[in-house]
Amino acid sequence: MPSPAETLPPDAPPPRLELRGITKRFPGCLANDHVDLVLQPGEIHALLGENGAGKSTLVKMIYGVLHPDSGTMLWQGAETTVPDPAGARRLGIGMVFQHFSLFDTLTVTENIALGLDDAGPMDQLADRIRMVSERYGLALDPGRHVFHLSVGERQRVEIVRCLLQDPKLLIMDEPTSVLTPQEAAKLFETLRVLAAEGCTILYISHKLEEIRALCSRATVLRAGKVVGAADPRQETARSLAEMMMGAELSTPERPPQGAAGAARLTVRHLSTTSDNPFATNLKDVSFEVRAGEILGIAGVAGNGQAELMAALSGEVLLADADAVVIEGASAGHLGPRARRELGLAFVPEERLGRGAVPELSLSENALLSGYAREPLVRGGMVHFARARAYAETIIRGFNVVAHGHRAEARSLSGGNLQKFIIGREILQKPKLLVVGQPTWGVDAGAAAAIHKALIDLARSGAAVLVISQDLDELFVLSDRISVLFHGRLSDSRPTHETTVERIGLLMGGLFGTPPDEDGEITRAV
Amino acid sequence: MNDLALIGPILAAMFAAATPLLFAALGELVVEKSGVLNLGVEGMMLVGAVCGFAVTVQTGSATAGFLVAALAGAATASLFAVLTLFLLANQVATGLALTLFGVGLSALIGQGFVGIPLDGLPKLYIPGLTDLPVVGQALFGQDIMVYLAVAAVPLVHLFLYRTRAGLVLRAVGENHTAAHALGYKVLRIRFLAVLFGGAMAGLGGAFLSMDYTPMWAENMTSGRGWIALALVVFATWKPARAMLGAWLFGGVTILQLHVQGLGIDVPSQLLSMLPYLATVLVLVLISRDVARIRLNAPACLGKLFHPDA
Repeated sequence: MPSPAETLPPDAPPPRLELRGITKRFPGCLANDHVDLVLQPGEIHALLGENGAGKSTLVKMIYGVLHPDSGTMLWQGAETTVPDPAGARRLGIGMVFQHFSLFDTLTVTENIALGLDDAGPMDQLADRIRMVSERYGLALDPGRHVFHLSVGERQRVEIVRCLLQDPKLLIMDEPTSVLTPQEAAKLFETLRVLAAEGCTILYISHKLEEIRALCSRATVLRAGKVVGAADPRQETARSLAEMMMGAELSTPERPPQGAAGAARLTVRHLSTTSDNPFATNLKDVSFEVRAGEILGIAGVAGNGQAELMAALSGEVLLADADAVVIEGASAGHLGPRARRELGLAFVPEERLGRGAVPELSLSENALLSGYAREPLVRGGMVHFARARAYAETIIRGFNVVAHGHRAEARSLSGGNLQKFIIGREILQKPKLLVVGQPTWGVDAGAAAAIHKALIDLARSGAAVLVISQDLDELFVLSDRISVLFHGRLSDSRPTHETTVERIGLLMGGLFGTPPDEDGEITRAV
Repeated sequence: MNDLALIGPILAAMFAAATPLLFAALGELVVEKSGVLNLGVEGMMLVGAVCGFAVTVQTGSATAGFLVAALAGAATASLFAVLTLFLLANQVATGLALTLFGVGLSALIGQGFVGIPLDGLPKLYIPGLTDLPVVGQALFGQDIMVYLAVAAVPLVHLFLYRTRAGLVLRAVGENHTAAHALGYKVLRIRFLAVLFGGAMAGLGGAFLSMDYTPMWAENMTSGRGWIALALVVFATWKPARAMLGAWLFGGVTILQLHVQGLGIDVPSQLLSMLPYLATVLVLVLISRDVARIRLNAPACLGKLFHPDA
């Protein structure tokens, strides 16, 4: 097989990293099939692909977490193997994980020390952290415990940890999925400085617009194979998406909203307190969702979304019954079952564990919430034939790729399981649907299908509340948008009267009230 | 006998009674900080107790006895470690089984040793200091194991909070997936922690059979392993608090003996219940402060880990 390196003039410096024919097989799937990849010094290189295309597997092999079954790896022109992450770090490879590998109850310094092989004394390390974070504009306090930090700050911890090792290759797996647009812009500045200093950056993201803004080359993976390379600056987001999918992308249209109907959900002066030191308490949250409209609630994770979901679903009962009113009935004191009977359906953010039971089959999972409004239970006995039929209806109606209704929920990919869960709720014809992070970690095709289903539901007269960190998604879906920050909710604005930038500023906390420092201190104790 | 004269012996006995609890609790604290819940402390203490006793009787050397007790405790713990860490058995069930196993095994080994007396360890005597009124005997008249147990408290604290190995151990207990992603050997670290816990439990047991009541009797730990487990939670996983807790429970144990001795008219069974009642009460009180538990409890406690999953 001709290698791309051989086509370069002989005096050119060798590529920083070259992969030749990397193959990795898992039981039942070929995750990487003869993947070739060349990374040059100082370039920002995008790795694109849908969920399950094999991106994570590939970078885990570069970082030594997994090992290839066959194929060779050349580091600065010399053949090498990476036995483990420590070996990768010795070569000069750093990685910032999508799900941060941080330890909540340890301090910033301790967390960083764990990722270094020569951490040295803690006070000296703290000084080095301060130096690096100032040099790259990544503000960090080394002595703070990680659970106090915002998601953006947590990511800075990971990046500073990598930078302290003077990496020659920095791998970033979906770094902006949890950042505000402003935080993301700041991150890009840092990355550009790094690349200018000669560091190679391998950048994985679903957000095609930022890849077009940041990266100079892209490699596209589909079903474990390299299916193309592109200069993202010359492509459109749509053409990149179609290259990833291997099919045309259909984006859902949001028809203009009719006259808004009666309020289906009214939340008045909702405040919560929690024993959990990691929780964000809601402070005087008020809003309403009307029949036929979609209200979007934006905000970076950890600003009260989980608490709001729990208060709306009935997982946490409220002292004030009137704080949550569903269809005119006070529901704050009611449990999930009673709220479902009032017409509420909800899709939690965690698919496995809250939205579905991983070890149960799809028909059993369909039963779990479906029984409240579908005739699946009779006299206390489960009507299995109907549960199966219900699951089959969901699978057909929402194009869920699964081995029939017997498949365990955990065997489905994230996108397919989410389609199943949303289908289960929508088919119950709810008057009010509350959805958390509907397309988190879901690829473009499935996301478009989910968006269409939500829009159709609202246009058929239901009220829909979407809580999401993904601003692009909220701008596609919502008729109005509010922002949750430090447990407070901003006033809503019609989507067509606002911009991503303005909502982004609100997500960073720029609406009137200053961030609640007292709240932070009480959480610290 | 006047009351003041009673306080000295009570204090001295309290420190001695606390020693086996302190050994076992410190060991279990390190185990739990690494994310493993080993409920087999009682069983490991018993095996340590009988092995230490047997070796001391045979060789006449208490040093050899304690050494073998620590090894025997670690060996028993290694059984638990292999089952839960490498064969992914449920930690709670395996821990309970280990206690039952330890009760049976120690009774079997101890068959020939019932009723044999042993001398116990020599007590420290520093002229002047040991003769001090009230506290002299308690602070300066104990044997070496009592001092070793107390010395282990700052050592464990320094290890956990000042060394890199301790930091890695806490990280593994806090988030084993992240620790694995950073390249730490989660299972190896936990294995070593479990061995340490077993060795400390073995020492605690041997202190009972070789020193505190120098003889062997079946099931002689009588629930101290369980109290040690409770102490770890009571201490919210902090070594110094575990020591305070051990003294408290040691004190309650001694006090109930003295109350019986004074002939106060309370059924003796009721008094024997006191240390256990105190355990339950203290645990309930501690559990009310959810925040403190969440900040100190290892987040991965009792969760199974498989490197390829």
